Amino acid sequence: MRYAYLTLLFVVVSAVSVLGFRGSLTQRTPLEVFPDMDRQPKYKPQAESAFFADGRSDRPTPAGAVAFGRTSLAGEPKFLAADDHFYRGMNADGKPARGYPSEITVDAKLLERGELKYTIYCAPCHGAVGDGNGITKQYGMGATPTYHDDRLRGTPEGDLYNTITVGKGNMLSYADKLEPADRWAVVAYVRALQRAQVGTPADVAPAFKSELGLK
Amino acid sequence: MSNLFPKSANKLPLQILIFIGLTTGIVLAGVTYYATPKYTRVGYAPTQPVPFSHALHAGQLGMDCRYCHSNVEKSGHSNVPTAQTCMNCHNQIKVDSPLLAPVRESYASGNPVPWAKIHQAPDYVYFNHAVHVARGVSCVSCHGQINEMEVVHHAKPLSMGWCLECHREPEKFIRDPKLVTNLDWKHPGGDAGQLEQGKKFVHDWNVQPPQSCSGCHR
Repeated sequence: MRYAYLTLLFVVVSAVSVLGFRGSLTQRTPLEVFPDMDRQPKYKPQAESAFFADGRSDRPTPAGAVAFGRTSLAGEPKFLAADDHFYRGMNADGKPARGYPSEITVDAKLLERGELKYTIYCAPCHGAVGDGNGITKQYGMGATPTYHDDRLRGTPEGDLYNTITVGKGNMLSYADKLEPADRWAVVAYVRALQRAQVGTPADVAPAFKSELGLK
Repeated sequence: MSNLFPKSANKLPLQILIFIGLTTGIVLAGVTYYATPKYTRVGYAPTQPVPFSHALHAGQLGMDCRYCHSNVEKSGHSNVPTAQTCMNCHNQIKVDSPLLAPVRESYASGNPVPWAKIHQAPDYVYFNHAVHVARGVSCVSCHGQINEMEVVHHAKPLSMGWCLECHREPEKFIRDPKLVTNLDWKHPGGDAGQLEQGKKFVHDWNVQPPQSCSGCHR
């Protein structure tokens, strides 16, 4: 009987030493003892495909494809992204447009949206106040221009929009991260940042003056 | 014919029963401990084609999760970033690093970087990132403290029982949606504060996490 217990002990010790404990880091693919249709022959986003030559389940848009179903009415600005001002920041003559397209209402809600998107996508390089001193500068990012000079204060809104959309210099396009409406929100927020730098005590609303120690 | 079995054999049936009982207990304990995602999935940390450090990018640099996983608020699928996303900075930072060669190659050719997928719910689970993030379920609730991981590992079991822990008592977990990507955030009022605020959110937003099969399976 003693041998039986010793054998049992040996089996337990060797099993634990092979299997380890819960939560220990491992490179091994998780074991699926009963597959139970866990992995089905269907395509999920950003997954692999054995069928297509490039091995991707996500198919790139074929050349010349046109987005369908933005709106049912041809002639509406949203139809096939026809509105140059809203979708490209351009006037009909192909020059950057001044002001905001008619779809955009500049209000506190838009600025809040702009602040959120700016903080996520722009602040790492352009800095929280738009001075070009984002965190990436300490890691070797080249000179990121400040928004607070006359050139960028005077540039049309459509130009800022266009920079977000297609990039400029070393900055790549952010069109995949920011939808058109969000790009306009960021433009509005950048304008707010610029305005904040040239503010004077006279701009402060009376209700907040005592809080800031102003008369 | 007197002594075919020794006297000690009288105890043998009892001893055998005890032994079988003990063995059964050990096997059951082993199955309970090992045959669960808490063992099979938690801790999975595959080597990635690029040794990307979330601890550096999300932790030290303080970049928002959504800088790279930009569709998480819009899509059921939280995307792995494109190579262009990496190149936004790495066209100027560490441009010659051999570790980043797969990213540069992907950016040039358009072929994806073959990242290893770590968190993988079964294909009959229709988990939707956007609805969870929109209602204040933080990334940290399912993925753990990614912002402290040099190499990402599977931190939570993602088993059905584990999902239901939150679907039954969402007030213990949901937070202000503005704070979902702040992985270090805990309610300043501790558990009591979290519970109080969570109950308010559950009521105000009419949060009713499904507990029926078809909520997640179809």
